[in-house]
Amino acid sequence: MKENYDIVIIGGGPAGLAAAVSAYDNGAKNILILEREPRLGGILNQCIHNGFGLTRFKESLSGPEYAYRFIKEVEARDIDVLLNTTVLSLEDNKTITAINSEYGVFSITPKAVILSMGCRERSRGALNIPGSRPAGIYSAGTAQKYVNIKGYLPGKRVVILGSGDIGLIMARRMTLEGAKVLAVCEIMPYSSGLRRNIEQCLNDFNIPLYLNHTITKIEGTSRVTGVVVSKVDENKQPIEGTEMHFDCDTVLFSVGLIPENELTKGAGIEQSRNTRGAVVYQNRETMIDGIFACGNVLQVHDLVDFVSEESEIAGACAANYVLNGRQEHNPISCINGDNISYVLPQKIDKNIPGNVKLFFRVRNTFKHCKIVVESNGVVLQEKKKLICVPGEMETVILSSDVIAKAEGDIVVRLEC
Amino acid sequence: MNKQLTCIECPMGCLIEVEVENGAVKSVKGNTCLRGKMYAENEVICPLRVVTSTVKTVSGKMVSVKTDKPVRKSEIFEVMKKINSLTLDRNVVIGDVILANIDRDANLVATQNYND
Repeated sequence: MKENYDIVIIGGGPAGLAAAVSAYDNGAKNILILEREPRLGGILNQCIHNGFGLTRFKESLSGPEYAYRFIKEVEARDIDVLLNTTVLSLEDNKTITAINSEYGVFSITPKAVILSMGCRERSRGALNIPGSRPAGIYSAGTAQKYVNIKGYLPGKRVVILGSGDIGLIMARRMTLEGAKVLAVCEIMPYSSGLRRNIEQCLNDFNIPLYLNHTITKIEGTSRVTGVVVSKVDENKQPIEGTEMHFDCDTVLFSVGLIPENELTKGAGIEQSRNTRGAVVYQNRETMIDGIFACGNVLQVHDLVDFVSEESEIAGACAANYVLNGRQEHNPISCINGDNISYVLPQKIDKNIPGNVKLFFRVRNTFKHCKIVVESNGVVLQEKKKLICVPGEMETVILSSDVIAKAEGDIVVRLEC
Repeated sequence: MNKQLTCIECPMGCLIEVEVENGAVKSVKGNTCLRGKMYAENEVICPLRVVTSTVKTVSGKMVSVKTDKPVRKSEIFEVMKKINSLTLDRNVVIGDVILANIDRDANLVATQNYND
């Protein structure tokens, strides 16, 4: 480790790796990645299924293979990496305090910081499901780590709550390893997972998906012995008399991901209530100069290919910050209008040249609809869509001409 | 006879309709790309899947693996049995064949470097 760094990247998963390579290739040569695990690659190391990289590499890779493409690129450059290193805090003057067994507790104050800590899973506690605290309850990602990294099968008869992609992937994975997956329950009337995963992870193995259903009771004291599953009404309240009982020894939760922003919060960086990540300009700079954020710590992406794309923006812009210093901002806000749950970036800096790709999610399933981008009641751009679903991120590219036309804040809304 | 399928080749998940006559594919509709057409043609005659899993090693660590070609869906559990009977006792790099011809001409290959 050196005394000083131009850029320190917190997190060596897909976001941090892509940001590091991009920062280096854009002229920053003094870069450090801090990673808490014993190897680079982040969550991709346990995502052994395929389907990664179709957008970026035009082939279907497993998670470890996708990660390795970027690890190779990092290794080919003079980029420092500290593994087994946990960052304890970040301050608004960019001082990072971290700990590992080699240096103990240490601090570094780089010229720029890139936040790429990824996200974590929502837990049982967030859902308030009655019952005691028996063994056998895992988040889908924890079960994935047990099976794929540690080589343990955490249970034999499994009920999964939530039909997010990780839950679907784990339904197949545990079935392949000999467990019986009895049910996947989804409180919403639709699955938030990809259609292909419903097909190849559930339908291939005749695993039933119960939409509009949730777990209302977990039974067992030392180990899970069963669950009660109930149908819910349109307000997501359980309907009496619809209870089904499943004998099972394991419950997996796949109920959403939350950006991992404790460090962000600690530094006093402004966060969005909609994304639960930092508020950023289109260059992925947060509201504190020289601190950038990218990947799932900023917004939970559907595909790692898009994490890489976003992180390359952050890396390049962090390099620009280091080489050219702070630039004056001339911001307008991007606001989510009707039927849109969030828009990112939340701010467009008119001083930064070039097109801006807006990322957003819709609140519900809409068919034959129209995405409208407007400013002060003037329509700047429209895009017709056959179907929009909350599980799939939408994008609109605004050209610099369009951005120049915006007099006030930009609003993105969906018209049906 | 018409069959409705959800394509699994990419995240788009196209809804495909295949017309089958006398055990042969007559037409494919709804696909966006050539991969989708090939998927649909296989799916109604002999469904194929890439299997991904892990192989244990003598050190106790797990190494991630996949079949380098899709295997017959009907043979997935046979393939899993073969995978779980293996114990890797050598170092491998991504792409190394761990077990040849695990189903027909599909090989089991490493998707992770393993260096004990």
